[in-house]
Amino acid sequence: MSDDYILEMRDITKTFPGVRALDNVNFRVRRGEIHALVGENGAGKSTLMKVLSGLYPAGSYEGEIVVDGETMSFAGIRQSEAAGIAVIYQELALVSLMNVAENIFLGNEITSGAAIDWAKSYARASELLAQVHLDVNPRVPVQKLGIGAQQLVEIAKALFKNARILVLDEPTAALNESESENLLNIIRKLRDDGVTCIYISHKLEEVKSIADSITVLRDGKTIETRHPSEGEEVTEAQIISMMVGRELTERFPRVEHTAGETVLEVRDWTVYDPERADRKVIDNISFDVRKGEILGIAGLMGAGRTELAMSIFGAYGARRSGTVTLEGKKLTINEPSDAIETGISYVTEDRKEKGLVLNMDIIKNSTLASHFRVASNGVLNKLEEILEAREYTTQLQVKMSSLEQITRNLSGGNQQKVVLSKWLMTKPKVLLLDEPTRGIDVGAKFEIYNIMNRLVEEGVGIVMISSELPEIVGITDRILVMQEGRLVGSQDWREATQESIMHMATGGR
Amino acid sequence: MSDQERTFKSIVADQLSHNMKQYAMFIALLAVWVLFTILTNGTFLTSRNITNLFLQASHIAILAVGMVLVIVAGHIDLSVGSLMGFIGAIAAVLQVNFGWPTLPVILVAMAVGVLIGLWQGYWVAYRGIPAFIVTLAGMTIFRGGIIAVTQGATIAPLQESFRAIGQGYLPRILNPEARTGFHEVSAVLAGLFILAYVIRQIANRRKRVQYGFDVLPARIEALRITLVGVLIAAFFGTLVFYRGIPWVVVVILALTLFYSFLTQNTVFGRQVYALGGNKEAARLSGINIRRRTLMIFVSMGFLSAVAGIVFTARLNAASAQAGTLVELDTIAATIIGGTSTLGGVGTVFGAIIGALLMASVNNGMSLMNLSSDVQMIVRGAILLLAVWFDIASRRSQN
Repeated sequence: MSDDYILEMRDITKTFPGVRALDNVNFRVRRGEIHALVGENGAGKSTLMKVLSGLYPAGSYEGEIVVDGETMSFAGIRQSEAAGIAVIYQELALVSLMNVAENIFLGNEITSGAAIDWAKSYARASELLAQVHLDVNPRVPVQKLGIGAQQLVEIAKALFKNARILVLDEPTAALNESESENLLNIIRKLRDDGVTCIYISHKLEEVKSIADSITVLRDGKTIETRHPSEGEEVTEAQIISMMVGRELTERFPRVEHTAGETVLEVRDWTVYDPERADRKVIDNISFDVRKGEILGIAGLMGAGRTELAMSIFGAYGARRSGTVTLEGKKLTINEPSDAIETGISYVTEDRKEKGLVLNMDIIKNSTLASHFRVASNGVLNKLEEILEAREYTTQLQVKMSSLEQITRNLSGGNQQKVVLSKWLMTKPKVLLLDEPTRGIDVGAKFEIYNIMNRLVEEGVGIVMISSELPEIVGITDRILVMQEGRLVGSQDWREATQESIMHMATGGR
Repeated sequence: MSDQERTFKSIVADQLSHNMKQYAMFIALLAVWVLFTILTNGTFLTSRNITNLFLQASHIAILAVGMVLVIVAGHIDLSVGSLMGFIGAIAAVLQVNFGWPTLPVILVAMAVGVLIGLWQGYWVAYRGIPAFIVTLAGMTIFRGGIIAVTQGATIAPLQESFRAIGQGYLPRILNPEARTGFHEVSAVLAGLFILAYVIRQIANRRKRVQYGFDVLPARIEALRITLVGVLIAAFFGTLVFYRGIPWVVVVILALTLFYSFLTQNTVFGRQVYALGGNKEAARLSGINIRRRTLMIFVSMGFLSAVAGIVFTARLNAASAQAGTLVELDTIAATIIGGTSTLGGVGTVFGAIIGALLMASVNNGMSLMNLSSDVQMIVRGAILLLAVWFDIASRRSQN
């Protein structure tokens, strides 16, 4: 029908060392439509948008970008902006101490001679704010505005730069329901004014309500584009199965576990954002972990899974309420050391940023959380250290040149095993694993699953947070699903499917 | 034979390239010594001047030992010069104006150092104020404190027992009357020291073999131990054939041994390196970062007191100018000694070598009668170069 494309991305392939993030992606957007781009975490949406915006400059990828029939090669964001492309990221790029008008014109100030023409600036700002239906004084500092209003300021900023293609990356992730509704309405109005929108979201309900076209990415490939605006039927279930799509093979060593008594009990757990004291990051969550089971926690990015684990571990949240009970004893955990002492350990999501001291060797990293075990009166027993480090790294089959190898030089999978060694050395009763297999190869993943199965046999209770649905379904015994800080579902592995979990995580009921 | 020769060469080359940073400071020190020996027609390398040099390096060395911990943890302390002067002034006033004996003066000075360390550490660790700011404030506050305590006057002279800490030498037994010449007590001590070093190296090697770690081939290890042994002997030799080992060198040796142990063998030391290397990983491993940070500044305060005592004793006076620019020499010494400005890396021993280098530069320039403007420019430039070298070598490593 209408084959008037404002943007065509043809056969885009982008590789990082060891990963093919985008694999011959084709993405075509019609003039004046709202085009939703959906996919699981890591499907390649953000990478694709970084290619579009010039953040990954021409030459660092294969394929071509055609805007209005003209082939483009963007060397940077400036060029893509000049072509009318504006990307609004989840983390807003506003200077919070500057006022609304200053932010709108940042880098493109309206001047007369060498000086900024403030009168003209404020007048123009008011016009732009009216266009996005935001009723605030352009002299108000941005930090006084809510997240929703800040988002609109970003859009106004994009409009000032004559954006014709507006990319919104998870714009409603941090908004409440009425703010989201308002934003969706404004996007519709912008469409009616002739602005084309690319809308990235995990919330399928929103996608269904707003999108004229929907493109699904999976594992760096385009799966399909559908056009609800032309009456093509698209249900949430269809989108989900396109997003998840892949077959489960023998990638997961499924072992029957027999769960024992309850080891960890979390009741009415509520945690507030340390940055915004009134915002609940975790909202009244209760659950149990039993000895000898793997409890999976699924959910989308920003659902609060990491915050849940870190707050139980004593490493997150200014204000917390609720109780954590370990083996029948109520705990008071203010710091990670309290948790470690009582037998709760937390393996972080990002091993390089938060797990390892990269310039230290394997011995020192593996004993970092167990100094009480390898020292007496504050003096380290280096022999004891070596023996402990050797025991755990041998158990986990860390491949290394020697125990004195600097951890920076290990492969991702082996780094992760060193982090695991560190936490197993604390002899935890409950082990919280946050994305334990992210960014490591299939073989190393399999080994980590085997380690988990072995620990469970020894009676450890494991909580595994993962964004990889196949893994959640493939290895856990029970699955909790979180959305926006709340627990929205729970399933036994026998009844769980990737579709059913994605359905709950995206807010379907 | 030639085959063996080549492997020998390749191993040595390998060692050199892998430990470039450690060797770089020795090379720099050697270069400075050669340069000044030439420029001063040999005056620089006399026994007398080298002994002086060690005395002049003493307060920088003591401060640098503490600065290693501060910088390894990712902080900085700009107040050490002023604080050293301030505590020296308190000590001098207590003794000269109030007639206190030496021991109580030392105890009070150390207590003041610890208290001030607590004060600065509190602001950094528990109030989250960058150490740069806290100690910049301290730099001014303590400088003001010196003027308040001394009333702008020079406070002198101190009692002989106090002076001995900064200018005295170990006693002679065989020939108590001689001032210079072979010093048998020092010679025996030096011999024991070298023996202890060799035994410890051999024991370490045995242990490493036992646990299956890499060791150097026996020949090269023997060569290395011999070389270091000769260096230590040369170091003590210059002292032994002049007036003997100064008390302050004993103090520095003791501090070096203690702090090396602290950094390498204690939980505290390990945790400081960990939090300097990756603060978040350290926090999530259960390390109490605030308490560690507080203790680092307490240690720095204590060492500032020791340096203040030594410095005042050597000059036999306290004045309003005491300790000016010493923070610069200390930071430069620490970084020349291999402590990384990015945190997480550094050794106490390296800092001592760095202090020796900074003192050598100061001493050499004084011998050449360079004016103080030139001296300041050179010292500033050395600090800049040292940091540049640190950052450049890190970058090439990654």
